[in-house]
Amino acid sequence: MSALVRADWRAEPAASPAGRLQALAPELRLVLAAAFALVTVLLGQIPQLLAALALAGLLAVLARLPLARTLRRMLALDGFMLPLLLVLPLSVPGVPVARFGPFALSVEGLAEAARILLTANATVLAVLALAGTIEPARFGHACQRLRLPAKLVTLLLFTVRYIAVLQQEYRRLRQAMRARAFRASGSRHSWRSFGHLFGMLLVKSFERAERVTAAMRCRGFTGRYYWPEAPPLTASDWRFGLLLGLATALLLASEALA
Amino acid sequence: MSAPLFRLQGVGFGYPGGQPVLAGVDFELAPGERVALVGGNGAGKSTLLQLLVGLRQPSAGTITAFGQPRTRERDFHEVRARAGLLFQDADDQLFCPTVLEDVAFGPLNLGQSRQAARAIAEATLAELGLAGFGERITYQLSGGEKRLVALAAVLAMRPDALLLDEPTSGLDAEAEQRLTEHLLRLKQAMILVSHDLRLIARLAPRVLLLQAGRLWPAELHEHPQAQPEPHLHAPGLAGHEH
Repeated sequence: MSALVRADWRAEPAASPAGRLQALAPELRLVLAAAFALVTVLLGQIPQLLAALALAGLLAVLARLPLARTLRRMLALDGFMLPLLLVLPLSVPGVPVARFGPFALSVEGLAEAARILLTANATVLAVLALAGTIEPARFGHACQRLRLPAKLVTLLLFTVRYIAVLQQEYRRLRQAMRARAFRASGSRHSWRSFGHLFGMLLVKSFERAERVTAAMRCRGFTGRYYWPEAPPLTASDWRFGLLLGLATALLLASEALA
Repeated sequence: MSAPLFRLQGVGFGYPGGQPVLAGVDFELAPGERVALVGGNGAGKSTLLQLLVGLRQPSAGTITAFGQPRTRERDFHEVRARAGLLFQDADDQLFCPTVLEDVAFGPLNLGQSRQAARAIAEATLAELGLAGFGERITYQLSGGEKRLVALAAVLAMRPDALLLDEPTSGLDAEAEQRLTEHLLRLKQAMILVSHDLRLIARLAPRVLLLQAGRLWPAELHEHPQAQPEPHLHAPGLAGHEH
């Protein structure tokens, strides 16, 4: 819970406002990210996967992703997959390349591990570049334009709007606890205090929700939302969409022909 | 004199399981009139504002607004369009991601077209000196900006009356001054709930005290130069000659 509260949901655009990808329509970027991920998952040949990773790298450059943070995120993903990557070469039967006592590294296993590593990294890098740079609110609107269920979009938008407010409320309560010499430990008192803290946060959120609804009713809300109108796709949207679409189609075609 | 915007007769209200908050409130608000509502914490000032726009139902008495008796939720839809309630916490009011969407929310609900709502929102923002704020993200605004945007969101509905719940609480001196100047310029009738007597002195000629569940006529009283008033000086930054 505290990890959730601490997570920074705010937009990241300040870090990379100048990237050329950021100027494109968010709904287009979402569709392209989904298409790229689908195609990459379908690829099975190492050269094609390397090409996909290179393409994802190009997207990251176009989006001006901050190098350090992006690498950190991808390493986190790779760390998550590490046990699998270590076990695969040993467990997949095939031509052995090296022996460690009773264990043998197989060529097939190494190739399988490399495929998984490339697929995951190419997909994540492309999604970070295409979708990860969309500001949360615009992300919500893009989902609405892609005809996702209105309830989900509303939930997303309200979460985006109020998570920072809740975070502030959490911080205030937590500081007030610290100001009275509270130190987190494993004691019963500590657990009970955290229980009170989250209980209070829940009650406050509930009351906040009621006040927000009241404020909406005061402005004539009767259950219908009026979403902002989507600006039409621009020429550069089309150009980029066609280029990336073509590139992914080529990847898929070369995979099918190989 | 023209017909009052609001007329309350013998209005009572109590929260479940508690003492009655209001008991026999009589009140009238004339068009263009500015009234301040004072009273201790928990006296029921905010509750009274909520009753006026139908967010709560009175347990006794009648509410007449804009010439019609109002009892059911449906009756109050028109009241809310014509009497804009400014909430104490702007975070409760600004729920849209961007400023422009939030200010256009009211006009859209009133059936304006998208273009018209957008134009009204932009014009209202410009009136409050917030031109160019449209694309700003609401939760990244400062406290003073949030309050002004919330006021713009209410004014965009072109109300005849404004119900202001502690409009300057939590604002710094500069933001407070800015908000007060905008409020002074507005032509709407106002009900001002506040503890800030200096604000009341500038804004509202008529003062009512809410105490023991009823409204009592009151008066702001000044002793010129009798009491020293604390004010801020910082060498080279703020202050004035004595």
